[in-house]
Amino acid sequence: MAEPLDNYIDAVSKALALPVEEAWRPAVRANLEVSLRLGRLVDEFALPDETEPAPIFTV
Amino acid sequence: MTTKPEMTAADIAKAVAGGKMSALDATEAALARIKQHDGVLNSFTDVTAERARAKARAVDADIAAGKEIGPLAGVPFAVKNLFDVAGLPTRAGSKINRDLAPAKRDATLIERMEAAGAVLVGALNMGEYAYDFTGENVHDGPSRNPHDTTRMTGGSSGGSGSAVGGALVPIALGSDTNGSIRVPSSFCGIFGLKPTYGRLSRARSFPFVASLDHLGPFARSATDLALAYDVMQGGDADDAACTTRGLEPTLPLLANPVSDLRIAIAGGHFQKNLFPEAVEAVSRVAKALGATKIVDVPEASRARAAAYVITTTEGASLHLDRLRKRPNDFDPAVRDRLIAGAMVPAPLVDRAQKFRRWYRVQLAEIFKSVDVLIAPATPCTAPKLGQVNFTLDGVELPVRANIGIHTQPISFIGLPVVAVPVPLEPLPIGVQIIAAPWREDIALRVAYALEKMGVVSAPSPRGL
Repeated sequence: MAEPLDNYIDAVSKALALPVEEAWRPAVRANLEVSLRLGRLVDEFALPDETEPAPIFTV
Repeated sequence: MTTKPEMTAADIAKAVAGGKMSALDATEAALARIKQHDGVLNSFTDVTAERARAKARAVDADIAAGKEIGPLAGVPFAVKNLFDVAGLPTRAGSKINRDLAPAKRDATLIERMEAAGAVLVGALNMGEYAYDFTGENVHDGPSRNPHDTTRMTGGSSGGSGSAVGGALVPIALGSDTNGSIRVPSSFCGIFGLKPTYGRLSRARSFPFVASLDHLGPFARSATDLALAYDVMQGGDADDAACTTRGLEPTLPLLANPVSDLRIAIAGGHFQKNLFPEAVEAVSRVAKALGATKIVDVPEASRARAAAYVITTTEGASLHLDRLRKRPNDFDPAVRDRLIAGAMVPAPLVDRAQKFRRWYRVQLAEIFKSVDVLIAPATPCTAPKLGQVNFTLDGVELPVRANIGIHTQPISFIGLPVVAVPVPLEPLPIGVQIIAAPWREDIALRVAYALEKMGVVSAPSPRGL
């Protein structure tokens, strides 16, 4: 039975022309689950609309 | 004068400058020790013996001619193999990059070390493309911990940790994106400096995460860190993120007292997920410095999460074409992490970068009333090679992903850190000495004071 993220993995794999062999899929899915979980933690934090990104930390 | 394996860079430079030892003798001693022990440690991937001998002879010729020599004259050093070394392909721990043409020019930091008289003896093992906390590498084999060769060095600058911890060279250079200088320093029982983001040029080194990548030195003493750091400072048009600030030498300030510094212990996130040895190490350092105040670093766990998101997505972007064309030539574990990184929705990355701005402001506020924060470098001493899980606070967690939980929230906003080694038995462990941006001098000063107090030191390699 397909896992919830499998359709998403298939779609992005196609969109980016990025191969995901069946043997790799469980590890890719597990890693993506971790990234999305941590991404949600960031997402949940309310920030003012005016917040600038800080891609490079300089003073 | 003969060399001793654990001579510091300062000792060697002094002996060479004073005519008590030749640069060639110092170089030959390092090459002999590499030959003797690197079969076990597996820290080197390339030994540049002929280049080193030529450089050492040139240093000796300068001394014989009465020319002025640099502060690192005759000091052997080695670099993580993501630094360009003229004549070698910059493999960055990968199989794929071995097909690159040999580098035509050394990395800026190698040029600066050699301009100060240091002698490059080789390139060092590392985790593939620096996406690693263990020091294991499927292509080159793992670098091994000099205190117990069945254990990890930590990564990704694993060879750097092993080579300095094993006293093969007194100084090595590495990179730190999320902890890759501080973690091997902790596991291998040595000093490591991750400078402020943008302080040292990254020109002609293979990148990983542009907005998080730092380069810095490893050594067996705080003085040697300062020596190496000072000669590597300076702007560089070849690295867009490199600061244009003037030189700020740290060596002259190293022995200044620390009694005037406001030193606190990082609380919250930094006091969780720790094995007893990490708690003990922080406690010893705090006690020696008279630090009792605990400062909560707000949202440090979220900062770690944001660093994770930025790392996996920027890393995926860097390697996207290689993932398409040569996926089977990656370490499968690295490949699968990078592919997943390419699939993280863009708004989460943008929000991680915006959170970074917010978090940076919080830390700037803390550093108005504090000069130094003390935090663990790793949750544990070196795990066994191949170890997959450990149990932290009653929860079984993957080793690889959790080794850097205390380093990531600090490098996330580019703060300078010296990892200092607490020589516990049977294995050493590191503590982070964290300062405000551009205050490497303060972090190094505290490291030096702790060393003089006998609280921190690089133990003799116990596994050789």
